[in-house]
Formats: sequence, structure tokens, C-alpha cells
Amino acid sequence: MELLSKIFIEPFETMYALPDLFLQALWEGFVSGTLYSLIALGFVLIFKASGVFNFAQGIMVVFAALVLVGIHALGVPAYIAVLLTLGVMALLAMTVVRFVMKPLVNQPDIILFMSTIGITFILIAGGQLIFGGEPKAMITTELGLPTGSSDWEVGGGLVIFQHIDIAAAIIAALLIAGLALFFNKTKTGRALRAVADDHQAALSVGISLERIWVIVWFAAGVVALTAGILWAAKSDVSFALQVIALKALPVLVLGGFTSIPGAIIGGLIIGFGEKLFDLYWGSPILGGGTESWFAFIIALIFLLYRPEGLFGEKHIERI
Amino acid sequence: MFYRETGQFKASYKTDSAKFPIFQDKLFIWFYIIIGFLVIPFFGSEFFLGAIMIPFLVFTLASIGLNILTGYTGQISLGTGAFMGVGAYACYKLTLAFPDVNILIFIFVSGFFSAIVGVFFGLPSLRIKGFYLVVTTLAAQFFLEWAFIRIPWLYNYNDSGAIEVPQREAFGVIVTGAQASAEVRYLVVLAVVVIMTWFASNLISGRIGRQWMMIRDMDIAAELMGVRPLYAKLSAFAVSSFYCGVAGALMVFLWLGAAEVESFDYNHSFEILFMVILGGLGSLLGCFLGAAVIWILPVIIRDWLPPLVDALTPFTITSSAADLVSDIIIGVMIVVFLIMEPLGLARLWSIIKQKLRVWPFPY
Amino acid sequence: MLKNMIIGAAAFAVAGSVFASTPSFAEDTLYIPSLSYRTGPFAGAGTPIANGFADYFTMLNERDGGIGGAKIVLEECETAYNAQKGVECYEATKGNGALAYNPYSTGITLQLIPKAPVDKIPVLSMGYGLSAAAVGEKFPWTFNYPASYWSQMSSILQYIDANGGIKGKKIGFIYLDVGYGKEPIPLLEKLAPEMGFEWVGFPVGVKEMQAQGATWLNVRKERPDWMIAWSFGAMTPTAIKEAAKIRFPMDKFIGNWWSGAHADLEPVGAPGKGYKAANFSGVGVDFPALQDVIKHVVDAGKSQAEKDDVGKVNYNRGLFNAVIMAEAVRAAQKATGKKGITGEDMRLGLETFVLDEARLKEVGLEGFTAPISGSCKDHEGSGSIFIQQWDGSNWGRISDLIPPMTEVVKPLLADAADKYVSEQSGWQTQTCG
Repeated sequence: MELLSKIFIEPFETMYALPDLFLQALWEGFVSGTLYSLIALGFVLIFKASGVFNFAQGIMVVFAALVLVGIHALGVPAYIAVLLTLGVMALLAMTVVRFVMKPLVNQPDIILFMSTIGITFILIAGGQLIFGGEPKAMITTELGLPTGSSDWEVGGGLVIFQHIDIAAAIIAALLIAGLALFFNKTKTGRALRAVADDHQAALSVGISLERIWVIVWFAAGVVALTAGILWAAKSDVSFALQVIALKALPVLVLGGFTSIPGAIIGGLIIGFGEKLFDLYWGSPILGGGTESWFAFIIALIFLLYRPEGLFGEKHIERI
Repeated sequence: MFYRETGQFKASYKTDSAKFPIFQDKLFIWFYIIIGFLVIPFFGSEFFLGAIMIPFLVFTLASIGLNILTGYTGQISLGTGAFMGVGAYACYKLTLAFPDVNILIFIFVSGFFSAIVGVFFGLPSLRIKGFYLVVTTLAAQFFLEWAFIRIPWLYNYNDSGAIEVPQREAFGVIVTGAQASAEVRYLVVLAVVVIMTWFASNLISGRIGRQWMMIRDMDIAAELMGVRPLYAKLSAFAVSSFYCGVAGALMVFLWLGAAEVESFDYNHSFEILFMVILGGLGSLLGCFLGAAVIWILPVIIRDWLPPLVDALTPFTITSSAADLVSDIIIGVMIVVFLIMEPLGLARLWSIIKQKLRVWPFPY
Repeated sequence: MLKNMIIGAAAFAVAGSVFASTPSFAEDTLYIPSLSYRTGPFAGAGTPIANGFADYFTMLNERDGGIGGAKIVLEECETAYNAQKGVECYEATKGNGALAYNPYSTGITLQLIPKAPVDKIPVLSMGYGLSAAAVGEKFPWTFNYPASYWSQMSSILQYIDANGGIKGKKIGFIYLDVGYGKEPIPLLEKLAPEMGFEWVGFPVGVKEMQAQGATWLNVRKERPDWMIAWSFGAMTPTAIKEAAKIRFPMDKFIGNWWSGAHADLEPVGAPGKGYKAANFSGVGVDFPALQDVIKHVVDAGKSQAEKDDVGKVNYNRGLFNAVIMAEAVRAAQKATGKKGITGEDMRLGLETFVLDEARLKEVGLEGFTAPISGSCKDHEGSGSIFIQQWDGSNWGRISDLIPPMTEVVKPLLADAADKYVSEQSGWQTQTCG
């Protein structure tokens, strides 16, 4: 009985009693949701174009941030460092496509998936070998990202909006919109969608698979860099960050592996869901720390009802 | 020439369907078993037994577990680490409750607990396939990791949240705890692994194993031919988790001696998946080879690289750099192997066997 | 072909390592393994600790020719804070005549505790590991000088009590959700009614170290008066940033001694101003011993550390660990009359060394830490701690030494030790005279 009250009554009482906290939780959920979407977008891009489930996306986030901070530490101005980092990501994209993806064309999905885990190993160890394993501060102010915060008074309390969070949401939204435009309106984008539909048909009309893949991996690198900067600004640049990228998996499951709008909505659902759940149910009933699995369990339950995700393509199986 | 089967006639169905139809294979197996049981324990150093052979065998067993699920039934799982944890915690609770029972019994019994949990988290596999299933098994992994921390009963309300292996005996010999000698622990692990490998190979070539492979090759076709997916998939999850659970109990009780939840984290799930894929999906031999490469090679690099670099070049390399280098090498090896031989080390062995058969002639 | 070569090489290497002979050291050297973690998620703490630990021994070798005429041989083995690699390192180094192990990881410490009496090599988990190991009669081979987590927590609570009173206050306890973070909870439960405060815990999973949004929403909901952090690695800067975000008063936020290093606060910078942390080893280079280290080791290019790293919190802690080891070696040499000692002698040394004010001054660390001496009964030394505060760019000491509440902690430790021993059959204890 007490448990029922804890599940169905008390959380809503708390919400009503502390409206500022509720709004703050929504805002926090929104911000982390956009970042989850961003990371998930990196997965979707590559999955759509090559059918590769790119496990290395998480470490690419860390790697990009590390390269940026590392280059800046050499005395290079922040914006030039960003450009150089983009260059490094482009190089990485070309290397991966040339030496890993291309030789593995037409292999089963699991083999491609495993190869990206191999890349993960190389990037983690290589990153530490070059830059050292200790955490580093993100060059937030040097990049012109805002600091400070604004308040909004609600019901006797404060809702605090960090400017960096606002910036993060805007940047993430812009990047997502930009990518959507790129893929829908440009010639390359159309070629990319053709590749996504059918590799061989695309090849037969003269689309270079290799070129498309490099573009896609590079786009994923750009997404990774952005996500890396924004997330590291909230904490720091360290290898522990890659675990957060795993959160993109349930986001993908909710949204469907091939859908960009799915990634966005999935990210927001997870973002809102885990904050609200941990605050109102997880902590009082289960003792907290539920954020680590909430997203995955939601995804699992969701999958039982819609195995293709919200926007995923329906499979029709034939023998 | 070395692997010639000419002259080895099969006069009955029984000999024809034997595990090792060729004489040389039988020879090999007995050779390795004799080496494993009689040579290594007497000549291997404590480091070799404790830090190389025991973990290698433990990971082999876990790989067999995962291979049953992924290699034979086609269901990718990233929950191996957590299922190993279930086995370890179950064994710990059991032996604390009944300290006088032979610990080997509990090591096997703990597998059943793991199997139950495995079946539960295997339920989604009835509807979900491929990478979506990967995500649900990751859900199992993360949820169980959280549960291992949040249920203090599991680690007997230890303030450190860790399980400490008590000293236990089997047949009058100390098997677990710090007093147990490396030789004894090694022999116990080896015996368990040999028995369970033998059991797995029978299971796989039997009725149920063939059903698993039908599900793997095409589940709808298998269903139409009368294989019940519910039964086949869940039994694969159960057997697989059973193996992982036993491996987890062995890992904590006979190798590590104490464990925090970190010992069962998702990295282990990946590590074991590597072993399975590198060794060869759907091959028991591959499990041994994969575990050997993924576990033993880094140990050797970490141990040998610094003195080697010292001796041969003017540079010195620190222990931590050697560790990173071994990670890079493993990563590169995975990629190279996938490109050159996606079927894994087991496939390499069969190529070698073929070559040996016709040697010295090319055909 | 390539594949065959790889397999061949691997097989050869395996075969070789079976018969690889362990390097033997001359009679009067002191072999000390250092289980370091310069890689992995906690490298930020592991690197300076390993540097400080190594540099002090190198300095002794350079300046004094070792300890008591015996050279120190230090071997580093990388664990990446991974318990499995830790066991591997242990197995690989213990045969070389290791004097003692300093694992710097709770997980590895827990694995080594039962092995220590069997292999006769003591474990010195300096300020971490199993709190109960402080009970010398129950754990003859394990030491956690200068203070256990429980002693530390009691000192922090006293500090809060002395700064505005603790009665009727609400203490928030944010901790890494592993054994390390949960360790002080029994003490909080015991002291809450006695000291009259209320406490509420905020666990942070290892995977959530850098995503603590929900945790700090909970902090806002609970509105604690003080926050105590038992965090590590990337969790600390993230927690401080989040605390700054919800405008939690920084000077009411106290970390333990693993949550207050330079590496933790440098990524935060100015917003972390006012944050406090417990510590037991001095900060800075204004000690003769540290000057010697700079002169003989760092400037001579014999260190992996940069000159700027010397004097930082974790560097000095690693160095202090080496000081305790060196003092124990000295004590063991004096007691046995041998130059090269064994693990058993080392255990004796760890129980008998004396690092009082006079000796601290002799080794060039006056005022660096509280005096501490080994004893048979008490393996933690009940060392006092002090509180340091971050001024936006560096740490400064702001409190006197705060001794732990020994009378509260001791019975708890005894209970925990009894419980540990009762679960082990055939556990070896000792009686102290």
C-alpha cells in the first residue's frame, strides 16, 4: 500500500509542491536529450549509408575532444584548432574506410560491427598513448561558448538555465537541421540515400561507394566533435566519457536505426524519461542511480511492442 | 601426409559419427589432455598457472557459453559479463549458507541460477533480432550490474560491496581461498572445462544443437519445419547462461579470490565476444584459440615488450605504454583478422589441417 | 602465411613464458613493485601517485645510495585500475622478493588481502581499501596508514560540527556507487543519531560519472546543508560543476582525500572556488625532501613527472606512501640487522616504524603530515587529517589537524574485522603483546 502510494501519489505531490524542480528536471532532460540525439545521429548516419553499426562512435566523441584540446595545448588558437581537428577526423574517416570498411564490403553485419570494436580499441589506446590518460579541461571560453546562467522564478523557486546548456541545445539543433538539409537537398545527399537503399544499385548508376562512405564517416566525426565539445564542457575530457555514448543505443532502439527524426525523438524521450524517473521514482523507491539502466530497460520494454522502433522500416521476411 | 585418413575405414554408424572420426585428431586430443593434466601442473611456474592458464580456461568456458548463443543459435549477446556475475554471486551465497558442502557442487549449481536469469532476459529474443537484441542484452548487463550493487544481500552486507572468497575444500583438498595452491586450482578449472566442453560438443551435435543451428541459419524456415523457436531460443539462452555462470563462479572462486561488481562489467562482455569472433563463430576449438589469443597475447606483450625494447633499442618503454601498445595490437589484430579470415582462427586450423593432409603436394 | 606466422609466434611466446626464469636480484637490494595505473578511466589520479612513489625511491637511491646501504629496485606494473590485471601484476612480481604491495585500488586490495598471509608479503593500502584492515590483531598482514575511510569520515563530520554545528543539519553524501564509495555508510548510520544529524545518500554509477544531472536534481530536492563527496576520477570535476550549476555553496561541499587533487579541480577552475577536501599529505614543494626530489630526480631527468607536477596533491601522496615504506624498511633493517630484507621483515617494520615530529624533520617533511607510528594492534595509525580549500587555481590548507573519533570508529572496525574473519575459515590472526 505504501509502495503504491510511493509510485502513484507521492511523485505527483512532489511535482506539484516544487514546480521549479519539475521544470528544472524537464530542462535538464531536454538538454541531455539533445546531446543523446546528437550522438545517436552519428550512429544513424553510418548505419544508413553502410549498414555498419558503428560502435566506435562513442570513442570518436572522446577522441575528437582530446585532439582538439591537445592541439590547442600546443598553442594553436582555438578556432584553428577546431579546423585542424576536423582535418584529423577527415583523415580518420579516410583511413577507416580505406583500411577497414572497404576490405569488409559484403561481410555479415556482425563482422562489420566487430571491426568497429577493433577500431575502438585502437582509438582508446592510441589516444591515451598520444595525449596521456589524465582528464583535461575543455577549452570552453576560448571557443567562445557562453558561461554563466539565467534564472526564472517559478512558484517560489528558481529554474536555472545554464547558458552553455542553451548553447548546446541550439548548436545541436542547428547541426541536426544542417545535416538533414544536406542529406535531403544536395546531390551528395541524394547519392547517400541511394546508397542507403541499395549498395549495388547505387554502384551501378555510378555512385562511388568509397566517396560516400568517407563523407558519412566524416559527418559522423563532425557530430562526434560537436558532441564531445558540448559534453566535455559540462564535465571534462576523459576516457570515462565514452560510456555515455552507449546511451545512444537505447535512443536508437526507440527511434529506429535508420531514422534521423527517430534519433531526435528517441533522444528526447530518453533524456526526459531518465531525469524524471530517477528524480520522482528511482531515488525514493530504488535508492537512486537508476540512470545507468533506465534507458535500456525502457528500450527493452518498448521493443516488445514495436520491434522496429518508432520510425524504423518494417521488415518483411521471406524464405 | 600427416593427416591422411586413407585406410581408416568406418564399419558402423557409431564410428562414422564419432566425435573425432580421424585417428590423428584423437591422438591430438589425448596429447593435449595429457599435457594439460600431467605436464603443465608440474612444470609451469605459479605465474604461468595463476595468471595465464587459469584465466585462459575460465574465458574459454565463458566463450563456449557465448558461442552456443551467438555462434550456434545466431543470437548476439552483450550480457555475458552479467551472467557470469550471477553465477559468481549465486555460488558465494550458496557456499556461505552451506559451508560444508563440496564447493565443486555449488560451482555447477550456480550455473542454474544464471540459466534462469538468462532465460528471463532471453525472452525478448522471441520478437527481436540482430542489433536490437544486442541492446536488450546490454539492458540485462546494466540492470544486473546495478542490482549487484544495490542488493546488499548478494554480497552479504559487506561494507566494501565486494565478495571475498572463503576457504573451501573438495575431496579433502583446499580448492578455494588463498591457501589453495595454483596447481590444485588449475587442475580443478581444467577438469571443469574439459568436462563441460565434452558435454557441449555432444549437445551441439545432438538434436537440440541441430535445432539451434536451424534457428541460426533461418529462423522462419526452421519454424516451418517444426522447430519451436520458443523452445530452441530459450534453451540456447539457458545453456549459454549456464556455461557463463559456471565460468563466473570459477573466475571469482578459483582465479580472482575476491570480486567487486567491476569484475563483471560490460567490458568483459565485449572481451568474450572478441574471443568468440576471433576464435570462430560456431566452433568449440575456436573458443580455446580465441581465449588464448585475447588473454595470453596481451600478457606476453606487457611482460616481454619493455625488456625487449630495452635490450634492442636505445629507448625504454614503460609498463603503461606497453599496456596501451598491447591494446592497439589487439585492435589491429581484430581488424586484420576480420578482413583476412572472418571465420576466425578455427577456420585457419582447418586450412592448416587440409594442407597437412596433402603435404608435400599442393593438391 | 602471415596468419601462420602470428600463430607460430604466439605459440612460441607461450612456450617461452613457461620457462621464463624470474630475474634474481642481488642479496642487498630492496625490491618494491609499484602497481600503477597510468591508463584507464582513473589515470588522472594514478599517474601522479605513481610518479611521486617512484621519485622518492629514486631520490633515496641517488642521494643516499638506497636505504641502509641497500639499493631500491622499483618495478612498475600497469593495472589500468583493473582488478584482473592487478592480480596478474601481483603474480608476476611477487616471486622477485617483493617487500610490500601498494595497490592503489580498492578492488585489487581486496584480492590481495587473503593472499598476503600466504605469500608473506604485506599489503599497505594507504588511506583506502578495507577499513577493517586497521585491526592489527585480525589482519596481521594488512595496513592502511595513516587513516581508514571511517576515521576520515569522522574527522570530516567533526570539521562540519566545528564550523557551524552539525546538530539538526542535513548532510548529503554523494558517492561513487562501488565498494569504495559505500564504505563510509556504516559510519554515517552510526554517527547520525549520536551527533544528531540527518543524512541522505546520492549514489553515482561508474557509468554515470560524467552525467550527474539527475543526481543533482535530487540534491536540489533534498536541500542538504552540507555535501560530502566520496568521488573519484572524472566524477569529481563533474560533481563540482553540477554543484556550481545548482548554486550549492561551495564552501559547504567537502570531498574526501581522493576527491581533492589538482587533477580534479584544474578542469573546473574558478567555479570550484571554495570547494574543500580532506587530505593527509602536505601540498606544495616547500619541504626539504621535495626539494631533494626536484634536485636529484626531476631536474636530472630521472622522473616521468614534469617539474610542475611535483608538489601537487596526488604526487605528494604517492611520495608520502614511499616515505612510509622507506621508514618501515629502515625499521625492519634495524630490527633484523640485515640489509636486504624479506616481506616478513617488512611486516615487522610496518608495525614498528616511528615517524614522529623529530623523524619527520629528519626526513625533510616537517609539518607535511601528522606524526604516525606503526603498531601491532593498530594498523591505521589513527592519523589526523586536515581540510584544504581550492582558491580557484590552487589548494591551500585551511584547518589544523583533526584527529578521528577513535572511540566511535574502533568498535565499528572491530565488528567489521570480526565479520570478515568469521566468513573465512582458517584465517590467521595474531595477538599483540
